[in-house]
Amino acid sequence: MNMNPRVTQRIAFSALLFSTLLVMVPVGMVIVVILKQGAGAISWEFLSQMPRSGMRAGGILPAIVGTFCLVLGAVCFALPLGLLAAIYLSEYSKDTFLNRIVRLAIINLAGVPSVVFGLFGLALFVNFFGFGASILSGSLTLGIMILPVIITSSREAIDSVPQSFREVSLSLGATKLQTIRHAVLPHALPGILTGTILGVGRAAGETAPILFTVAAFYLPRLPGSIFDQVMALPYHLYVLSTQVPNVDSGIRYGTALVLLVIVLLMNAIAIAIRAHFRSKKKW
Amino acid sequence: MPAWKKIREFVAEAAVKASGLASIFIVALIFYFLLREGIGLFQAYRLPDFLAGKNWYPISDPPEFGILPLIFGTLLVTLGAAAISVPLGVAAAIYIAEVAPSRLKEFLKSGVELLAAIPSVVLGFIGMVTVVPWIKTAFGVPTGLTALAGSVILAFMAMPTIVSIAEDAIHSVPKNYKEGAYALGATKWQTIYRVVIPAASSGIVAAVMLGIGRVVGETMAVMMVTGNSASMWRGILFPVRTLTATVAAEMGETVQGSEHYFALFAIGVALFLMTFVINMTADMVLHRKRK
Repeated sequence: MNMNPRVTQRIAFSALLFSTLLVMVPVGMVIVVILKQGAGAISWEFLSQMPRSGMRAGGILPAIVGTFCLVLGAVCFALPLGLLAAIYLSEYSKDTFLNRIVRLAIINLAGVPSVVFGLFGLALFVNFFGFGASILSGSLTLGIMILPVIITSSREAIDSVPQSFREVSLSLGATKLQTIRHAVLPHALPGILTGTILGVGRAAGETAPILFTVAAFYLPRLPGSIFDQVMALPYHLYVLSTQVPNVDSGIRYGTALVLLVIVLLMNAIAIAIRAHFRSKKKW
Repeated sequence: MPAWKKIREFVAEAAVKASGLASIFIVALIFYFLLREGIGLFQAYRLPDFLAGKNWYPISDPPEFGILPLIFGTLLVTLGAAAISVPLGVAAAIYIAEVAPSRLKEFLKSGVELLAAIPSVVLGFIGMVTVVPWIKTAFGVPTGLTALAGSVILAFMAMPTIVSIAEDAIHSVPKNYKEGAYALGATKWQTIYRVVIPAASSGIVAAVMLGIGRVVGETMAVMMVTGNSASMWRGILFPVRTLTATVAAEMGETVQGSEHYFALFAIGVALFLMTFVINMTADMVLHRKRK
């Protein structure tokens, strides 16, 4: 027996909608739950004080500062390298075998499990280079992790600058380097910025790469140099949820909320930049 | 062009080229350093015992480093996550690409981006306070920290990858395919089911593979909700321990240069190779159809 195609369609579309809701509703719930439970814990003291009594009281300042340092370090490393790599891929390289290998390397780098980055950072930066568990080691590890994000988005941005911009600049006698600097990069800047901010959001939220390379379990002071260990927000949340018994749940939710707000803020800024420049684009 | 300008061009080009090739160098470096540390295990320990040993007792005397139970743990959690996220993710991708009105479409797409942005440790925390107690009461098991909890949380971590890549694939099916089907009198659903999905199938397969790759490598969330007990197959309602969680949980306690330390790096090599193969295959599948 054949069903009426219109009925089948209605059933199918309802099933699709239902599946979509099953994906989306929990996302909304996660955010609402953290907002609702965490908001009560947020106060100026929570954000600006050292943790006390074995992290069961006080604030999370060192974790916030630590995450800030790590992210800054990661960007300082990954942005120049990623940007130059993107310039190479879209301006200098011809479509060759080597180019394909670079592309595959980037795909792979993006797929390496985060804990494997942690192992790599431990072997190379902490032990081999002797940086120890430090902001330097952690930042470099996170920087390598976000490199594919920055390369991919920068390359897309540079590729989307019209070819005629380059031709005009070259025909005026500019060198290739001058052309890239003055005729290409300024127009690719929003895209590069978007990618960088997304990378920042990713670096701020990752735990596994910093587990063995920098993160301190409990260190109630601020870092003095790049060779110090620091606490970091995601690791702090992990410690609070699994390693420390009898923590007031407000502190856990509060930490989760601060982390979530930082990460989502980064994403919102990136989306806003993208939307703003997309609407202003004249070509 | 003055000489110094030429030199500047040359230096700039060299720097750009070097950075361009850096990703190859970094991937090779990662593999080399994992291997360098991981190989230490096999001076005294046999490779078959490592890969097929049924016991992971790293601190007993003599220690045993069989990763079979860990592979089982990873496999179980991954299959569970795939069983949840593949149908839901592909259905959501179809809905977003073909059915949803355009305003709703943009909203749903930002929802997926939002999910992708949530740090895994936050999802793990939410899993601990919601999914884990729910499993404990719903199934009457002694602890909710189970493979099932890991599967549920990981399903949500795989979802953004699956939805966005599959949506891309469905979206890029040429319009005239659909118009052809409509012209023959097919309904919208018949067109989706008989024309669009088959045309986008390689993209959908790649999306699923990349989602699974993400699940295999996921660490923090899975460590927080699966109970971390390295045991052979007991079922989805028992605690398990995955490859990634083992590394993350134990590396902090090992002595550097010990067999245990080397064994964790050997697991790292195994993880690296697994995700390498998954990503390469997914890329091949994704680019095969473009011919």
